[in-house]
Amino acid sequence: MNNQPAAGASASPRLRLPRKRRAKGQRIGLLYISPWILGFIVLTLVPFVASLIYSFTDYSMVREQRFVGLANYIEMFTKDPDFYQSLRVTLLYVVMAVPAKLVVALLVAMLLNRTMRGMGIYRTIYYLPSILGGSVAVSVLWRFLFMREGMVNEVLSYLSIPALNWLGDPQLALFTITLLPVWEFGSSMVLFLAGLKQVPRELYEASRVDGAGKARAFFSITLPMLTPIVLFNLIMQMINAFQQFTAAFVITDGGPTKATYLYGLMLYDNAFQFFKMGYASAQSWVLFVIILAFTLILFKTSNRWAHYEDGGDGR
Amino acid sequence: MTLKKAGFFLLLSMLGLLFLYPLLWLVSASFKPNNEIFSSIGLIPSEIVWGAYERGWEGVGRTSFGRFFTNTFVLVVPVVLMTMFSSLIVAYGFARFNFPFKKLFFALMISTLMLPDAVVMIPRYILFRNFGWLNSYLPFYAPALLAVNAFFVFLIVQFLRGIPRDLDEAAVIDGCNSFGILTRVLLPLATPALISVCIFQFIWTWNEFFTALIYINSVSKYTVALGLRMVLDNEGAVNWNQVMAMSVVTIVPCIAVFFMAQKYFVEGISTTGLKG
Repeated sequence: MNNQPAAGASASPRLRLPRKRRAKGQRIGLLYISPWILGFIVLTLVPFVASLIYSFTDYSMVREQRFVGLANYIEMFTKDPDFYQSLRVTLLYVVMAVPAKLVVALLVAMLLNRTMRGMGIYRTIYYLPSILGGSVAVSVLWRFLFMREGMVNEVLSYLSIPALNWLGDPQLALFTITLLPVWEFGSSMVLFLAGLKQVPRELYEASRVDGAGKARAFFSITLPMLTPIVLFNLIMQMINAFQQFTAAFVITDGGPTKATYLYGLMLYDNAFQFFKMGYASAQSWVLFVIILAFTLILFKTSNRWAHYEDGGDGR
Repeated sequence: MTLKKAGFFLLLSMLGLLFLYPLLWLVSASFKPNNEIFSSIGLIPSEIVWGAYERGWEGVGRTSFGRFFTNTFVLVVPVVLMTMFSSLIVAYGFARFNFPFKKLFFALMISTLMLPDAVVMIPRYILFRNFGWLNSYLPFYAPALLAVNAFFVFLIVQFLRGIPRDLDEAAVIDGCNSFGILTRVLLPLATPALISVCIFQFIWTWNEFFTALIYINSVSKYTVALGLRMVLDNEGAVNWNQVMAMSVVTIVPCIAVFFMAQKYFVEGISTTGLKG
């Protein structure tokens, strides 16, 4: 993997410099990326390994750090009901929020995918909620929208629909939290829009000639052409959703009866409320392995459902 | 045809209103008297009350929202500038040079995009604590200075790859060294990408809550995100309009930045293919 200098020389053949000097000139690139190398080692690689080591220790920041073997993992899987509750609601949250967000994003992108004046304004409007992302203000807004005497119930009463206890009912609270990321579908929408513009128009014309309807065209042309973007969106949104924190923390603080006690909240409690750094590290590694497994499954199965223009072997 | 077109725009507008209604309602509710907030779903207050802004701005205890705003700017502005410079320099290294292990480094950098922050946050916290950096903004500055967020590096790399190398070579013939190529040739051309970086980083850092929550613990150093949550805890049960007013105040800078530069925002997402 370190035959790069030769590759570099062939990449800029017009530079008429002696071969040696060219290779040396290329090495200065290492100097340019050195801030990143330092940051990667100190702030990513070492912490990544360190958290694995911490996960085998009892580390409370006040007492001496002590090696305890698999005790943290054993406690988590056999004695900690919060862990299973948290895992359950987090999986539910991811499985609800991510596909719902992508479906809304795709539907809106298809609406906006025409060349008419004024489309830019609508794109901006639909994108607006997304820039507020994980802000506290939006979580505050959600609380006021969905509280018992909140705006949503007010609207429902106008329509003579009985009020719901959106945030107080354990059955409903997680769903209410899930609506927030769905509302912020803007970035996925922009990616879908870019993808829709790439679909060759001839395909639609050909399908019309063959007598295919709009629904048929969607399922046999549009959707297959978009699958690489769907895969990408699925993975990135899934990774984010597994780590959701702000909304659940500000809107419900994990309640009622831990119905919205997402994994991020549990990690925060164990690490920064109870200072059980070893235990929290073990939990963070379990989360990492879960996310990795989901990512690999999506990648591995994608050659069955994701369509690629060149070859179709999943690459 | 025109009827169909009008119907289409009506549909788009209705949808837009649906998506924006929560935000519009938030703004209008912040001007309503407390007892009116939930008694009408209309957007026009019966009388406009500025009191919520005045009393909300006073904040909690002795710390006003003015202080939270100053703090947030002291945090966000250096982070944005450091991110821009460090990411540009690193991206230049990746985009224009061929050095040993380049592919490995680049692959590692891209893989950090998919590494969950949760798995590095505890050792990072302990590291910064050992440095004595708790309750300061250094835990925000250091990653910005070292281009830790690969999203920005990748965004600029993609952009630089689109700039023809002929320009670099012409500059070499004119006697430019490699740093001169970066500052004199590429920097002016890469301005759109750099604006994207600044906007994204501004909005993300402005809204950052979790990191601020774990690193900042004295109220006098709170950012607006932490301040708003404190107001919610103290006033949320009674003085709704104050909390709403301060929510509006904290999102105004983001929305202003977004509208000033939304073209770059959308381009940033499209060129990297990554989410915001």
